[in-house]
Amino acid sequence: MSTLEILFFALSAFAIVSAIMVLVSKNPIHSVLWLILVFFAISGHYILLNAQFLAIVNIIVYAGAIMVLFLFVIMLMNVKSDNEPQKKLLTKFVGVLSGGSLLILLIALVKQTAQLQGKQVLMKEGTIGLIHPLGKALFNDYVLPFEISSVLFLSAMVGAVIIGKK
Amino acid sequence: MTILALDWALMIEKLIMIAIIVLASLGIALYTTFAERKVAAILQDRPGPSRAGPFGLLQPLADGLKLIMKEEIIPNAANKWLFILGPGLAMTASLMTCAVIPWGSAIDVFGRHIELQIADVNIGILYVFAVVSMGVYGIMIGGWASNNKFSLMSALRAASQAISYELAMGLALIALLMTTGSLSLKTIVEQQVSGNWWNIVYQPLGFLIFFITAMAECNRTPFDLPEAENELNFGYHQEYSSMKLGFYLFAEYINMIMSSAIMASMYFGGYDLPFFNEASVSPNIAAMIGVGTLLIKIVLFIFLFMWIRWTIPRFRYDQLMGLGWKTLIPLALFNMLVTGAVILANQ
Repeated sequence: MSTLEILFFALSAFAIVSAIMVLVSKNPIHSVLWLILVFFAISGHYILLNAQFLAIVNIIVYAGAIMVLFLFVIMLMNVKSDNEPQKKLLTKFVGVLSGGSLLILLIALVKQTAQLQGKQVLMKEGTIGLIHPLGKALFNDYVLPFEISSVLFLSAMVGAVIIGKK
Repeated sequence: MTILALDWALMIEKLIMIAIIVLASLGIALYTTFAERKVAAILQDRPGPSRAGPFGLLQPLADGLKLIMKEEIIPNAANKWLFILGPGLAMTASLMTCAVIPWGSAIDVFGRHIELQIADVNIGILYVFAVVSMGVYGIMIGGWASNNKFSLMSALRAASQAISYELAMGLALIALLMTTGSLSLKTIVEQQVSGNWWNIVYQPLGFLIFFITAMAECNRTPFDLPEAENELNFGYHQEYSSMKLGFYLFAEYINMIMSSAIMASMYFGGYDLPFFNEASVSPNIAAMIGVGTLLIKIVLFIFLFMWIRWTIPRFRYDQLMGLGWKTLIPLALFNMLVTGAVILANQ
């Protein structure tokens, strides 16, 4: 096993264990903290793929900004496992059903990637995750989707301000 | 064994450098606490700590010893693991910044060419930004795990302050990146060393915004609302004692040193000594002069931080938010527009 493979498997195990801990933690604060670790593991994978820019943006945006807001809201609402109302049987049933459908969808997706079986990911190669190639690609080949998504962000911001003013 | 296909000499070199930089930061932070009390004393016209050793120079050691010897108290109702994790995270996040700071050019010892920087990643500034956004977790987790409503309020204040000021900081950085065209701190410093003006000449407004936001991110007065002691007792570290409290207090000083180093590197030429030809002395001596220059710049910035702390009173919370969202962010956007227009006109 090369160093890269050891790192890959260690990071994958770390990500999967943390993701399971997000689900099984009783305390919502602990779930959020485990989720931050998942993001770190994913950033590690990005670095293995030589996508340093994506790795660091993943940490800044997800682990740094969004999870702080999650933590913020949970701390403010003081959610605890013992004062949480018990869910009805119907709600539980619907939850299992929707989660199960998502699982089937994902399995179908994995089955479609049969042609990728037995192939190895090119690690430490490629430049698309670095800042210059990524910027060039975004502003040459994908200008329209990029600009449209920025308009989407703007409308979300305006919406948040309006809801906040009420 | 292909597992060991690593450049071990490089690994050892980097480990030694990390050890030196971390220990040096801790040592400087120790004496920064002393400097803080002396500066406060001078500004308030009193002698300051003067009993331990000549001029009170042993005071920080006495303080450190006292912190370590104090009884360790973990409140009954606290979340034990997170209570311990909080100060550790705060300390780790503040020390991690030092990885991308170029402390000097390169030296040659034992036939090896050693860059005086732990890692020259091509996204250096974004790395700093990511570490800064991690720093708030130490405060939030510690404040929440204490299970004390004052600590919790202080943690929430700290988080909202950090998020608000990070925005203006990022916008000020974008204007700087537009002029330098690189995210690597090493490249930015080298551009300033090789004859160009320092970046402060091109980005005076950007520097001012960055300086104010850096002060807010370090939770320094006038932005120390998270520990506003007359409203919140002692803020997020109220329940902490012994060295865990020491870690929180130390992290603040290390944050101050690191942000001074980053400001010196980005806007004030880093290890560049002005009006001095580095080629006139041997490379090793030139590198050492560079390290000394950077340290002097850092000390000057730290003094500026302290001078402001003991001069300006604390903001009210709505004033703090107003300054961040209604003044700094529009100013930073304006700065960005002007920078872009000038670059476009010069093309």
